[in-house]
Amino acid sequence: MLQSSSLSKSFGKLKALDQVSVTMQAGQAVSLIGPNGSGKTTFIKCLLGLVIPDAGVLTLHNKAILGTWNYRRHIGYMPQIGRYPDHMRVGQVFDMIREIRGAGQHDFDDDLIKAYEVDKFAHKAMRTLSGGTRQKVSACLAFLFDPEVLILDEPTAGLDPLASEILKEKVLAEKGKGKLILVTSHILSDLEELTTDVLYIMDGKVQFYQPIAQLKSRTGEEKLNRALASIMRQEAH
Amino acid sequence: MFRIVKYVLYDILQNRMVIGYTLFLLAVSFGLFNLSGEATKGMVSLLNIILIVTPLVSIIFSTIHFYNATEFIELLAAQPIRRSVLIWSEFLGLAGALTLAVSIGIGIPVILFAPNATGITLMLVAVALSVSFVAIALLASVLTRDKARGIGVALLLWFYFALLYDALVLFLMFSFADYPLEKAMLAFIALNPIDLGRVLVLLQMDISALMGYTGALFREFLGTGWGIAFAALVLSAWALIPILLAVRVFRKKDL
Repeated sequence: MLQSSSLSKSFGKLKALDQVSVTMQAGQAVSLIGPNGSGKTTFIKCLLGLVIPDAGVLTLHNKAILGTWNYRRHIGYMPQIGRYPDHMRVGQVFDMIREIRGAGQHDFDDDLIKAYEVDKFAHKAMRTLSGGTRQKVSACLAFLFDPEVLILDEPTAGLDPLASEILKEKVLAEKGKGKLILVTSHILSDLEELTTDVLYIMDGKVQFYQPIAQLKSRTGEEKLNRALASIMRQEAH
Repeated sequence: MFRIVKYVLYDILQNRMVIGYTLFLLAVSFGLFNLSGEATKGMVSLLNIILIVTPLVSIIFSTIHFYNATEFIELLAAQPIRRSVLIWSEFLGLAGALTLAVSIGIGIPVILFAPNATGITLMLVAVALSVSFVAIALLASVLTRDKARGIGVALLLWFYFALLYDALVLFLMFSFADYPLEKAMLAFIALNPIDLGRVLVLLQMDISALMGYTGALFREFLGTGWGIAFAALVLSAWALIPILLAVRVFRKKDL
């Protein structure tokens, strides 16, 4: 469904992505893991067209997407830090994004809007919201248009435990509907719950891309964090 | 595109800085017209303030707004819309808001105290300068990643157009005083929108005789219909060229 071949991007001397080739299918939930600055966010930004790669091809449903814009209607994106115009009210942000991309769409997915009781703070200005509440807004927007691909960048960071549980349940429900989900996080227990595969990126290169179950059996560990640690130890030797 | 402009404009209009700027212009305009007693005198003082203040506020406000909207622009860029639509919307929103501020802050006093050709020219020059400097600010902002550096570049550009350029032209005039520079002066003022604006307004007043032979040449050229058309064209170019370049850069920019 989503395919990247030999995707490369450098920022000056730094190779943020180096020949990244992966194929992802609908129904997969992929954890994007790697140390800080390993190229995870650059990879996500390439998918969204925010960063323009130096070389390589990206396809969605076998159509090249680099340099085009309309494919983004199939993607829901929850950024790591959601910042919005200071003076806009929460309700207006929803209206705006609906107006921009909801043309012709009638059935919006407002599960999260209901679960987070957005109506209660819809009249507040964005600048008065706490970081966690803004994350809730970002989450609602990502799921609102029922997209085929969901990209969540550190989704649970900043959310309170209850909100975080609600979001995780929603992600699992969407996964069940056969969507492609990409999650980055440093909280491995969350990823273990949510995802089916691990894509480990380091220094811009794909170190491995495997189903979690396979990863566990390969290392003989029962927990994802232990399995990863054991692999990293092997790599180091 | 206008769907996005609407929200950008709405956000800017609520900003205290724009409201403060409008009130400041209103206060200065009313003050100068009342203090000078005579409309023409008030107009000259107002002209000098407008030529300094409108470019400065436009370029600084636009730069700060653009950098503060970085994450928001990123969010919109991840939606199914063209990059060019996004940057054009920012431009139209900023230019629209500042035009509104100038129209109220300068337009109302001008209508009340000096409803004549000079007043209208002054008003239009203020609008044209605001729009040009929004475009210049956006070009500087898309070219520099760092906020502090971006604001620094904006200030330097303002300093160049508002102060340094005149000093350079004066220096040239003195260095080449033995040569006829009148025609060259026409080219020189076209290369700075602030100077062009100043000459346009001064020509509407009766004091252009004070500008000597060069002033007479300006009057002869810019006083005609063709001259006005030329000035309008140059002023639009000062808005269009920077914004078109900014769109070009922004389309390929890594956000």
